[in-house]
Amino acid sequence: MTDAAYNFAYLDERTKKMIRRALLKAVAIPGYQVPFASREMPMPYGWGTGGVQVTAACLTPEDTLKVIDQGADDTTNAVSIRGFFEKTAGVATTTTTAEATIIQTRHRIPEEPMTEDQILVYQVPIPEPLRYLEPRETETRRAHALEEYGIMKVKLYEDIARHGHVKTAFAYPVLVAGRYVMDPSPIPKFDNPRLSGSPALQLFGAGREQRIYAVPPHTTVVSLDFDDHPFNRGGTGECCALCGVADTYLDEVITDDVGGRMFVCSDTDFCEQQRDAAAPTAGWEAAS
Amino acid sequence: MTALAAELPAEAPSPGAEALLTVEGLTKSYGSQIGCRDVCFDIWPGEVMGIVGESGSGKTTLLRCLSGHLSADSGTAVFDGEDGPVDVLSMPEPARRRLMRTEWALVHQNPRDGLRLGVSAGANVGERLMAVGWRHYGRIRETAGSWLDRVEIDPERIDDRPTTFSGGMQQRLQIARNLVSAPRLVFMDEPTGGLDVSVQARLLDLMRSLVRDLGLSVVVVTHDLAVARLLADRLMVMRRGEVVESGLTDQVLDDPQHNYTQLLVSAALRL
Repeated sequence: MTDAAYNFAYLDERTKKMIRRALLKAVAIPGYQVPFASREMPMPYGWGTGGVQVTAACLTPEDTLKVIDQGADDTTNAVSIRGFFEKTAGVATTTTTAEATIIQTRHRIPEEPMTEDQILVYQVPIPEPLRYLEPRETETRRAHALEEYGIMKVKLYEDIARHGHVKTAFAYPVLVAGRYVMDPSPIPKFDNPRLSGSPALQLFGAGREQRIYAVPPHTTVVSLDFDDHPFNRGGTGECCALCGVADTYLDEVITDDVGGRMFVCSDTDFCEQQRDAAAPTAGWEAAS
Repeated sequence: MTALAAELPAEAPSPGAEALLTVEGLTKSYGSQIGCRDVCFDIWPGEVMGIVGESGSGKTTLLRCLSGHLSADSGTAVFDGEDGPVDVLSMPEPARRRLMRTEWALVHQNPRDGLRLGVSAGANVGERLMAVGWRHYGRIRETAGSWLDRVEIDPERIDDRPTTFSGGMQQRLQIARNLVSAPRLVFMDEPTGGLDVSVQARLLDLMRSLVRDLGLSVVVVTHDLAVARLLADRLMVMRRGEVVESGLTDQVLDDPQHNYTQLLVSAALRL
């Protein structure tokens, strides 16, 4: 099944070694952005070139890979990356969270609790949480080095002053292990609490920005907030229209042009499992 | 005259009093070009010192060396900080940056250099507070509002961006942003440059009252002798990187000794 013209998982061994070294450093210093020599990948920037390289460096032939994009297993990005590793590494792939050993994700953490045997690889567009207020890389690096995170608070202050609450709904900044402020990639802030204390290893790869960072298992991750405006995970307050579960992250789906809409789980695999467990007949037909 | 004399700080400090900042032999050169050479001075608590001189005389170099934006070639600048005396020219960077956020402040000539233009006035004033660990939004906002009021900006405009402010308001906002952490030593680089005369007068008035109320020590760099006359207790005249004359402001301006100072004073425009 593997195309013999490719080295295992597309990248050459030296490149994978380089990335693994960066990963080790990232795990040793939780939340610290480690520079690495990002390679050109046969896909455009923004499609997860950073995540793909991290996945390639972690994959072994025995691994089972799952790829999700905004929680879904069947969108273009997820299907392409899954196909990419099927072709270049010949690894088994799955859409079931519990069966996967490596999960590459774009913008979501799976609803199902992760285990110690799993690695979660995030695709990161902009790894620098301070970029919003400080465009100079030299300054942001110094701020991280000296733990000067006042300007991160300025962003949150500005949100509250403007909107009455912290408007940042995704890529909500977090403090990792009490030291580094980190951009958790554009996951919804709904997922932020699940970053903390996760038994799975969480790796973040930014291909264009050439940065790798990590949250080791069982690491404390705190979302930044003010005393009088504590972190609020948000949520729609609705139940999934398909599986009926209340406490998942929901996508709003417009169903007609007269204001009709429905909320469905963004994690498609989780939603399917809930429906299968509830009743064999429940599902899209029952909901509509 | 007695009232005026009472306002001036005593030239000779009372015994036992410590200078806030003692600069000795500060030298900075850019290759073969001299930025400033062998500059020595003391600043006492509550004192405003003016540094005057023509463009290129080393005023800004001196200020940038002291504020840590440039590294001096030699010399010492001992600051009597809360944790005892420290040489700011040789202290480690984290400590110096902390000092710049807490006990020191730097007011730039162009408010655009000193402000964050992308965020509201309130966030600009609150930044130093958040940098030293304030975690209560309501209190940060309240303090920012009272400081806006103090620098004569309508507190209603707390959520407006500095880009919507006039030049004079931007400069006042920058001053509020710097003074909010109650610094003890403030550096000002041409604080009234680029402002029209009436706005300048208002700003000077404000600065005078703030300095008096808060007991600040200020180093103000200017090429405008009128500004120096109004603000400064003591004056230092620089030329080609060297201090040519220093003394009480009125003394230097009314009875200049060095021929360059005489030239400078006579060249000032009078109406």
